[in-house]
This record gives sequence, C-alpha cells and structure tokens, in this order.
Amino acid sequence: MKTIEILTQVLELIAALTAAPLFLGWVNQCRAWLQNRRAPSIWLPYRGIRKLFHKDAVIAETASPLFRVAPYIVFGAMVVAAGIIPSMGTRLPFTIAADAIALVGLLATARVFLSLAAMDIGTAFGTLGARREMMVGFLAEPALLMVIFVASMISATTALPAITENLATQTLALYPSLAFTAVAFILVLLAENARIPIDNPATHLELTMIHEAMVLEYSARHLALMEWAAALKLFNYACIGFALFIPWGVSTRESGPVALLASVPLLAVKLAVTGAGLAFIETISAKLRVFRAPEFLAVAFLLAVLGLLVHLLLGA
Amino acid sequence: MEFLLLLSTPLFGALALGVFGARRWAPELNVVISLITFLAACALTARVVSEGPLVVAHEQFFIDPFNVFLVTLTAFVGLSTSLFSRPYMRVEMDHGRVSAPRLRLYHSMYQLFMTTMLIALTTNNMGLVWVAMEAATLSTVLLVTLYRTPASLEAGWKYFILCGVGIAQALFGTILLYFAAEKVLGAEGVTALLWTHLNAVKGQLEPTVLGLAFVFLLVGYGTKVGLAPLHNWLPDAHAEGPTPISAVLSGLLLNVAIYAVVRCKVLVEGSLHSQLPSQMLMSFGLLSVVLASFLLWRQRDIKRLFAYSSIEHMGIITFAFGMGGPVANFAALLHMTVHSLTKSAIFFAVGHAAQKAGSQLMENIRGLITLSPTIGWGLMMGSLAILGMPPFGVFASEFLILTTAMREQPWATPILLTALGVAFAAIFGRVQPMVFGETTAKRLPHPPALLPVFAHLALVLMLGIYVPPYLADWYRAAARLIGGQ
Amino acid sequence: MAGTPFDLQLLNFCAALLLLLSFAMLAQRRIVTLVNLLAIQGAVLLVATLLLAWRTGEHHLYLSAALTLALKVVFLPWILHRLIRRLQVYWDTEPLLNISGTMLIGLLVVVFAFGLAQPISALASTATRNAIGIAVAVILLSFVTMITRRKAMSQVVGFLSMENGLFFGAMSATYGMPMIVEFGVALDVLVAVLVLGIFFFQIREQFDSLDLHHLESLKESQPLYEAHYSVNETHSLDRSSLEGATHALQGDPARDPLDRR
Repeated sequence: MKTIEILTQVLELIAALTAAPLFLGWVNQCRAWLQNRRAPSIWLPYRGIRKLFHKDAVIAETASPLFRVAPYIVFGAMVVAAGIIPSMGTRLPFTIAADAIALVGLLATARVFLSLAAMDIGTAFGTLGARREMMVGFLAEPALLMVIFVASMISATTALPAITENLATQTLALYPSLAFTAVAFILVLLAENARIPIDNPATHLELTMIHEAMVLEYSARHLALMEWAAALKLFNYACIGFALFIPWGVSTRESGPVALLASVPLLAVKLAVTGAGLAFIETISAKLRVFRAPEFLAVAFLLAVLGLLVHLLLGA
Repeated sequence: MEFLLLLSTPLFGALALGVFGARRWAPELNVVISLITFLAACALTARVVSEGPLVVAHEQFFIDPFNVFLVTLTAFVGLSTSLFSRPYMRVEMDHGRVSAPRLRLYHSMYQLFMTTMLIALTTNNMGLVWVAMEAATLSTVLLVTLYRTPASLEAGWKYFILCGVGIAQALFGTILLYFAAEKVLGAEGVTALLWTHLNAVKGQLEPTVLGLAFVFLLVGYGTKVGLAPLHNWLPDAHAEGPTPISAVLSGLLLNVAIYAVVRCKVLVEGSLHSQLPSQMLMSFGLLSVVLASFLLWRQRDIKRLFAYSSIEHMGIITFAFGMGGPVANFAALLHMTVHSLTKSAIFFAVGHAAQKAGSQLMENIRGLITLSPTIGWGLMMGSLAILGMPPFGVFASEFLILTTAMREQPWATPILLTALGVAFAAIFGRVQPMVFGETTAKRLPHPPALLPVFAHLALVLMLGIYVPPYLADWYRAAARLIGGQ
Repeated sequence: MAGTPFDLQLLNFCAALLLLLSFAMLAQRRIVTLVNLLAIQGAVLLVATLLLAWRTGEHHLYLSAALTLALKVVFLPWILHRLIRRLQVYWDTEPLLNISGTMLIGLLVVVFAFGLAQPISALASTATRNAIGIAVAVILLSFVTMITRRKAMSQVVGFLSMENGLFFGAMSATYGMPMIVEFGVALDVLVAVLVLGIFFFQIREQFDSLDLHHLESLKESQPLYEAHYSVNETHSLDRSSLEGATHALQGDPARDPLDRR
C-alpha cells in the first residue's frame, strides 16, 4: 500500500467529516439568498453539534439497548461509506471492503437501524416516521440500484472507483443513458436525504415530517451523531453523484500527489455548485403530499430503467 | 389521353362543386362529371384490353387487368350513385336535415373522394397508395357527420380515429417494405416503392422483413376493409352518413382497400414462399364472416344491418383471396364486382324507403310494396341478390368459393355455410315484413331515382347467368396476376 | 462508445430524448403542456434530420427537415393551441389507470418494442439502425397514450405523436422515404388536423364538451338514440344532448379548480 493511497483515504475521511456540516450550512445559505432572507451563519451546524455534545443525554424508560447503540451504527455506516466513495482519488484501500452495490446495502443498513430505533420507544411519531422512511426507501433503493447498474454496464465493473476511473479517463462522450440516470439520481437524492419535495428538513409538523420524526426522541450526543450522520449522508450522495456523472478532477491511478491536492479545490467547487442547485430545486418545488411520494419515486425508477434500456439498445 | 381525363375530371369537379355546390343545378353537374369520368374509364379499359398493361407518368401509375376493371366499376357506381343522390339529397333538403352550404361540402367531397379512390387504384407507388387511402378517409369523415346528430358525430369520430390509427400501421408496413426494397433496388429515385419493380424482384426481398411488413399492412389496410376485429367503425360510419355516402363507402372504398391488401399479398407471397399471408387472410376473413353474421341478428337500424352484411361479404372475399389459385381468385374478383353493384342498389332502395317511412329503424318501415312497388321490389330483389339466391351473380361467386373451399380447406366449409345460413335468415326475416304488410310510408316530394337500382340488379342478374367473354378473360388475367395457391 | 464520432452520439441522444418525451406525454395531464411536448418532439426530429442530412449528404433530407420545421414545429402546434383556446379545453380528466401504473405499462411496451425491432436493426445498413427500436417504442407509446385518454384533444396529440414516431422510424431505417411520399404524408397529416378542428367544433356544438365519454353510446347491438332520423327536426332530443345540457349547467368536473393538480 503506497503512501499516496493512505494519504488519499485519510484526506477523504477528514474532508467528509469536516465538510459535511459546512455543506449543509451552505445549502441553507443559498436557500436564504433565493428566498430573499438572511440566513444564519454557515458555521451554525458545527455550533449545533458542539452544543449537543456538551449536553446530558435524556433517554426514555422504555428504550432498549438498540436505542443507545443505533446512533453509533448509523454514524459508523456513513463514515465507512464516505471512505469508499472516490471523492478525491480512485486509489482507496478501503474499497476492497465494498463495491457499489454493497455501498447501497450499507446505506440501507443505516436506514434500517434508524427506523428500528425510532420505533423502539413506542411513541406515535417515531413509528410514523419509520413507516414513511421505509416506504420511501423501499422505492428509492431500486432506482438507485438501477442507476448504479447503468454505470456498471458502461464500465463493465461494479467497483465504484473503477467506474470513476473509467469514466474520467475516457474521451468526452455523450451518453444518453447516463443523462437519464443522472436525472433519476437527482430525484433519488432528494428523496433519500429528506429534502423538499419529499420531506421538509426544517419542519416538525406531524403531517409532513419523515426524518425529523425518527430523531425526535434523541438528545445530546446521540442527537449530535444523528445530525452529523444526516449531513454525512447528503455529502456522500453528492459525492456518489460526482463519481458517476462528473468524475473529472478526481486523481486517477497514474497521477501523482499534485493531482490529489488539486482535486480538493475542485471538489469544493463541485460541492458549492451542487449546493446551490439543491437550494434552487428546493425553492422552486412545493412539498409533495406523502401519498404522492411513490409517484415521484416511480418516475425516478422509470427514468433509471429507461436509461438502462437505452443503453442496451443504442450501446451508448 | 384517357388516363389524365380520368383523374383530372373528378378533381376539377371537386373544385367546381366547391364553388357552385349550393346551386340548384349542382346535383346535375355532379351527374355530368361522374358521367365523363365513367366514359374516360371505359376508354381506358378499352385501351388496356387491346394494348395490355400501361405504365404512365414516370412510372408512377400502372394500369393492368386487375385494377382497370375496378376503375371502371368505381366510375360506374359513382355515376349511378350521383344519379341516385340527385333526388335523394333534394328530399333531404326539403325535410330540413341538410342545408345548402352543407350540400356544397357534400358535392365537392364526393368528387374528391372519387379522385382519391381512383388514384389509389391506379398508382404504382405503394407510398401513394397509402396517401390516397388516408385522403379517401379524410374526405369522407366530414360527410359521415353531415347531419350533425350525436350518433353521426360519434360515428365520424370512431371512423377518423380507428381508421387513422389503423392506417398508421399500414404506413409502418410501407416503411418496412421500402426498407426491404431499398436493399435490392437501391435508393436512387423512387423505384424502390414502385409495385412493378417490386414485383420483378420480389424473390430477392428479405423474408423476415416482408413478413413483418405484411402483418402491419394487413392490420392497416384490413381496418379499412372492415375485417374483424378491426371492424368497429364500419357499421356506425356506413349507417350514420347520408345514404349515397353509405353506398359508395360500402360499395367502393372497401374494394379499394382489399385491392391494396391483395397487391401487398402478391409481393409478400413472392418473397416468403410460405403459407403465412394466405393463412392470415383466411383467418381474418372467416372471423369477419362469422362475427358479422351473428351480429346481424341484433340490428334494429336498416343501414347498420346492411353494413354488417358488407363486413360479411368482405370477409368472404378476403377468405377467397387467402385460398388463392385461379378459381378462388376469379370467384373473389367476381364477388367484388357483384357485391359492389348489389350493395349499392340495396342502399339506393333503402335510402328512399327510409325517407318514405321517416325513420331508419326497421320496425318503422313496413309494407313498401303497397305504396311504392318499385322501391319495395327493388329492396326485395336486392336482398335476395345479396343473400346469394340464384340466378343472381352473388350465388355464382359464392358457389365457386364454397366448392374451392370444399376441395382445399374443408374445415372452413361448415363454418362458411353456417354463417351464410345465419345471415340469410337474419336479413330475409327483417326484409320480408318491411316489404310486405301494412304500410306506414309517405309520398316523397321528389320522384325517387330508381333506374340505378334496377340497372345494378340487372347487371348482377346477367353476371349470374352469363359472364361476357371479355369480362371472363379479364378476371382470368387478373386471377393469374394475383396467383397464389 | 468513446470511439464513435460526435454527431452519431448526438443522434443517439436525440433518439433517447424522443423516448423521454413520449413518456412525458404519457404522464402529462395538462393539454397545453401536451401540445408543447409535441412541438418539442418535432424540434428534436428536426435536429435529428439535420444531423443525418449533414452526416450522409443526402439532399432530400434537408428538404424533409424544412417540411418538418414548417409543419410539426410551427404550424400544427399553432393550430392546436388556437383550438385549445377557442374550445377552452385545458385539462384532461382522470385516466383509467393511475400514473404509476401507466408508466409501468409504458416500460413493458418499450421492452416489447425493442424486441420487435431487433430483426430489422440487424438487417439495416444505416448509421442510425439502433434507433429503429426507439421509433417503434414511440409509436407504441403514443398508442398507449391514445388508449388511456378521455379528452378528444389528447387523443389527437397521441395520434400526431404516432406520426412523429413513424417519421423517425423511416428516417432511421432508410434515411427517409421518397420525397413524393413524404409530401403526401405531410399533406395528409395537415388535412387531418384541419378536418379535426372542424370536427371538434361540431362535437362541441352538439355535446357542449369534448369529453369522449359522450361518444361511447353506439354499441354493437343498437344505437340508443331512438329518433335519430326524424322529419323536420335537425336536433333530436335524446339522452346525450340532455346530458350535455346538464353538464354545461353543473360545470365540467374536469375543470373544477379545486381538482387541479
């Protein structure tokens, strides 16, 4: 294992852990700009997490050990995922642990534990959130898998760094199938990360919340880990999107440390643009009624399958 | 020359009637134009009989024994229908069912319809066949809805959409045909779609593509023929429009559609060397015959009754073409002729009968013989003719078809016989009380034109007893052209 | 596919876009948007024709492209928009199957179409032979669109989209049909839309609505209109015209503002 690989891996993990809350703050900032109001500081999520770590955890009497352990599992899953996704370089030692499909499984593990913990206490809100989350996840996962299938078929491998390497080093080509799956991926990103139009990340109304309902019972360090994990999830999804659709700038197999260093500001630029785009989508969309979420995800699945069919037919 | 006159007369007539169609003398102008068209057709026929097949206008038009007799038939029925339409539409105007501007539309569309049918029959370019068939549909849609009643609007809508969608399949079939032809004939110029060239190289055309093309072409043009299960539009469209339009739709357009199907069948059989086209034609034909004869029982409207009868006869013709061979083809061609003549004669009689009785429902038409013997006897004779009673021509052709079926496709014979029997019972049972018994008919303000009815029936009678030698030779030549076994 | 030249990739992209537009039409319920999607479909066809003309050097394709521009991008959408404004039909009623179900059927149809077009693609010699499957898919999807619609205008848009698919099929299989045929087809489509325009007014006049549910009473057995031939009467007082009158009084349910989605 060369030093450059270890360096890439560590750099990616640190970047993910530190930049994720900043990304969240940036999205809120852009949203505020678009809505003509003053946003709180970009560093607010950090302050929130820090504040929560200093507090005492209050846990319900009916909580089981699962409730205490779940935040660590969820956070751990997200960190491992961050380690696998090639956001800065394609030479990552951790990737032997999981390919793209296992990555989806990892995200699913996080979701399962989150939902189980939500139902653990026995309150109505928790169960409500868990059921809705499962419905969204059940429909979003096939769509995500289809997206990965298409990318895999184009690159003839399911290892995410290999896919990125392949797509980054090829001559520029227009892939209509990738165009379709990109749109599908954006829809899945919105759904899985509890953004508008599926879920409002800022609401606590029973009628509309999904993710917030699940973390309602947590406090102090557990809540801090959950919030951080949510920010990490968004960051990871954004990086998966970059790896599949905008892979240029990632340091590839043959490049040296300079390329690795150059990939950092490039990643920052990509994240900035994506954050602005996300804020834009959130601003122009209205939140869908919950029973319409399956339609939304059906469209995502459909687009992904269309991309697959188009790839099979046209070979592009 | 005759061909130019043949096509330009109805076209010019359509334009002229588009301007003058509301005048008092418009129906007479219509008759004159149809007469000129008929004479041109006769001249063209004489030429083709003496000189052999003609190729005209940069090979875009091709006239051989198969289509020239159809051209003459079309022109003839067009003429007699225009004769019938004269008093009929005048009565309709007096009854207030149609106004002067609509008559203008009616007359000009009538001639436009004749033009498109003649183009479809004589063109060599398979793409132009499609264009003309679609144009024929379009020119009659507004005529079907002429009376603006709810039923006619529904009929017109179904006609437009179902025929439109069907014919779009035929366009796809044509594209596939062009695709197969282009490989052999090359894409230079338009030779790849010309039937004469395709016929010459049909053995070299790719079988899979042609098989697929034939399926689409059969579904597409078969919708226009009224083959079950694509026949849904036919009873409504034929029943709801003015009777002259029902006569030409039943008598002529169906013939043109089956002509297109047969032309395609010749090409595909030459390429495929399998039984697929024949089997498809036979199954669609039989299905139409059976379905139509059983649905005849539930009809209460007289024009719908005879529209289902058209479906049935078209099914018989398709079945005969499916069997193939000299006798079956001869019989099918004869049947096309006599069915045209008889069905239009029936519609002429039915039109006036409905006008006299004030309703198209059969229960309201009674005892025609007492008030107007000519219409009564016309209807009676027409019905007997269409049911296949000897000595009328329909009997001759049906007899030939049945005997060929008994020889070659014995399993189909009981089905055909049953269906024909059922149809006989249904129609005869309905016509009998309409003609005899107590009458509810009224006098008409204009004397009905009954010459066409009896002229047609006389021809059919003659064809039943004695087919003139030149006509027989014609049929035989066409039958040889169609080939197949 | 990194080895293929750029214009072929663009052609493939146009083909994929056509497929996407057909799906979008399948899911769309607002009629104005349907017509706009049809116009965009025409524009994509135009781009594809121009690309193909440039690539193969066949001059009749330029003519074909001009025809497409005049007819499918400009004239037909304009006529349809005018009709929509004059007839005041803006929304379609709820289709028989919900949107997700329709989309799934659409997917199955696409798979079927790709399978159907396989033998043809194998035999074709054009550069765009892989796109024949997409053309067949567009045709079949338009067919499904027509079946699942109730307003007459949406069915017409489906019909025109079918023509677009046929045109694309002809282009990808054989670099277009002979010009005389293309002109004939264009003329037919134009006349069809004009006839339809007249027809819609007649339907509207009779039924006060363009909902096709009014046009479904003629069955195989017999018409439900008893006195549809009556002397000295141009309009027959029958069930459906009464229905039409009550609909006009109560307001068309499809245009209820609270029902808008």
